[in-house]
Amino acid sequence: MSSEQRDERQRWLDRPENVTKIVRTLWVACAALVLAEFFYHKHPYFGFDGSFAFYAIFGFAAYCVIVFSAKGLRRLIKRDEDYYNE
Amino acid sequence: MSEVLLNPALLMMLAGLVALVLPKRVLGIWALLVPMATLALLIGLPEGSAGQITVFGMELVTRRIDGLSFVWAVIFHIAAILAGLYAWHVQDRVQQVAALIYAGAAIGAVLAGDLLTLFLYWELTALSSVLLIWASRNPTATKVGFRYLIIQVISGLLLMCGALVMYQQTGSIAFDHIGLEGLAGWLIFVAFGIKCAFPFLHNWLQDAYPHATPTGTVVLSAFTTKLAVYSLARGYAGEDLLITIGAVMTAFPIFFAVIENDLRRVLSYSLNNQLGFMVVGVGIGTELAINGAAAHAFAHILYKALLFMSMGAVLYRVGTVKASELGGLYKSMPWTTAFCVIGAMSISAFPLFSGFVTKSMILTAVAYEGHWMIWTVLLFASAGVLDHSGIKVPFFTFFFHDAGHRVKEAPWNMLLAMGITAFLCIGIGVYPDPLYAILPFPVDYHSYTAAHVITQLQLLLFAALAFAVLMRKGWYPEEIKSTNLDFDWVYRRLLPRVTTALLNGVWATDRAVRGVAMRGLDGLVAKANHGLGPGGVFSSSLSTGAMVIGVSLLLAFYVLFSFFWSA
Repeated sequence: MSSEQRDERQRWLDRPENVTKIVRTLWVACAALVLAEFFYHKHPYFGFDGSFAFYAIFGFAAYCVIVFSAKGLRRLIKRDEDYYNE
Repeated sequence: MSEVLLNPALLMMLAGLVALVLPKRVLGIWALLVPMATLALLIGLPEGSAGQITVFGMELVTRRIDGLSFVWAVIFHIAAILAGLYAWHVQDRVQQVAALIYAGAAIGAVLAGDLLTLFLYWELTALSSVLLIWASRNPTATKVGFRYLIIQVISGLLLMCGALVMYQQTGSIAFDHIGLEGLAGWLIFVAFGIKCAFPFLHNWLQDAYPHATPTGTVVLSAFTTKLAVYSLARGYAGEDLLITIGAVMTAFPIFFAVIENDLRRVLSYSLNNQLGFMVVGVGIGTELAINGAAAHAFAHILYKALLFMSMGAVLYRVGTVKASELGGLYKSMPWTTAFCVIGAMSISAFPLFSGFVTKSMILTAVAYEGHWMIWTVLLFASAGVLDHSGIKVPFFTFFFHDAGHRVKEAPWNMLLAMGITAFLCIGIGVYPDPLYAILPFPVDYHSYTAAHVITQLQLLLFAALAFAVLMRKGWYPEEIKSTNLDFDWVYRRLLPRVTTALLNGVWATDRAVRGVAMRGLDGLVAKANHGLGPGGVFSSSLSTGAMVIGVSLLLAFYVLFSFFWSA
């Protein structure tokens, strides 16, 4: 790398403990959102979407399902970068 | 005649032709001022149909302004203005001309009141837009451009066939509700479906858009597919089939986007997924749903353009948008980073960003009609959007491991275009009323309720939490160089292979049949040779005496025969 990069100051995000701080903040925000369940009036469309913390659980679960299915999909369809020779 | 010329689309395309001869240094400002001027004209024009021309007894309506076409014409103009600003620095006449003609053709198609006019503009969008791919000027882009063009032209031909069948059956080519009835209805439906990237008809999008120029992809992302959504809303609103097709469209591209390395292709899959939401809205067909589809198209054109702009800026400065080769760019391109994050939050539908106030209209409309399964799929897809466009694109480009690229920030005009687009994304999210005011139907919808804000934040932040957890555990799929097969493998590999195998089979059979025939023929020739050749029975020479005896015998036999016959 260039000398310019060696000299450049370390950024806040470069420190792993700060990244940990961000993730912790996210945990706190999520906890707060679950607590908020007790403080607003729900009007669910169907019924099941009115159950406790439905959106929170759904969001977390959907995300995991998507990522793990995509990993499975990659095993099936991944080829070399120049597969099509173009 | 002047009424025909008083058409923003025609004027924009004329300006595109003028750009062929303008000095290069004014092309940038020309591409900015022309759409501004035609937008002013559009706003000043009265509602209703105008600019009729009669061709072969058919009445063409070249300018129809109503609730549906107006909102599309407005956002197409805004997209053209922003794309013009973004490409200000480009000194490539082909691209500037193509962009103006392409945008003009898309607007012309939206304003078309009949299917023949629609067809002409439909094909013109294909012919002009392919230049933005070829303008990359490399062999791959040339090939990809041809594939793109073939598919787009097929779509146009189907549209024309459908229009002709319809004219024959009904005597009208008016472009109003068509519906899935009869041959004409289905032909036109498939034509629209190709341009709208329906499942299995979608690969032209992910194939072509990543190969256009950095500025060209921004232009491409705005028009073609949203023109198709408009056409579906005009011709097939309320068709149940669209609800299913749209739901599939929201879901399947997500998985491909997660493992795709080329970030402009990730955004193309994401575009496909966003179209799905609009298609569902069109399929539901209620006033709220159509409003939702129109509003979402409006917001989507902006945040998708913003995301493509940020990736275009990275491509322009770094020379690649492969996630495996990027990271840490926020240090070099802080403004681009901020704008990309705004685009990412808009598409993810965070409160105060544009996606929040538009996508929810579609979900609410779906729920009102009682489609709980479709609603769940759309919610699932919303979590997927957060992953590929909300997190993956900004995270792997601007954050994560520093890939060591030290580049300049994007040029001023790119930053300004991104800044204005970002401002509009937030503006719509914070104050949606002006957008709601130009939607096709009166709006009675409030997106900012406590329940909506809290549930949406739950969905998004818990999905983000899942990302953080998976990332820290090392379970998130890493970005690696690869080609992922999609349905285009069928026509890029399987069909050529099958065709080659079939042809080889035909040749082999042909060779075998001809071999057998030749062997038979050879045998015959050999036999003939045996009899007739030198030394053969028939070619042995006889003496003159023997000939005389033979002739005498023949004569004697003849005399004898005639004697007994006559007796």
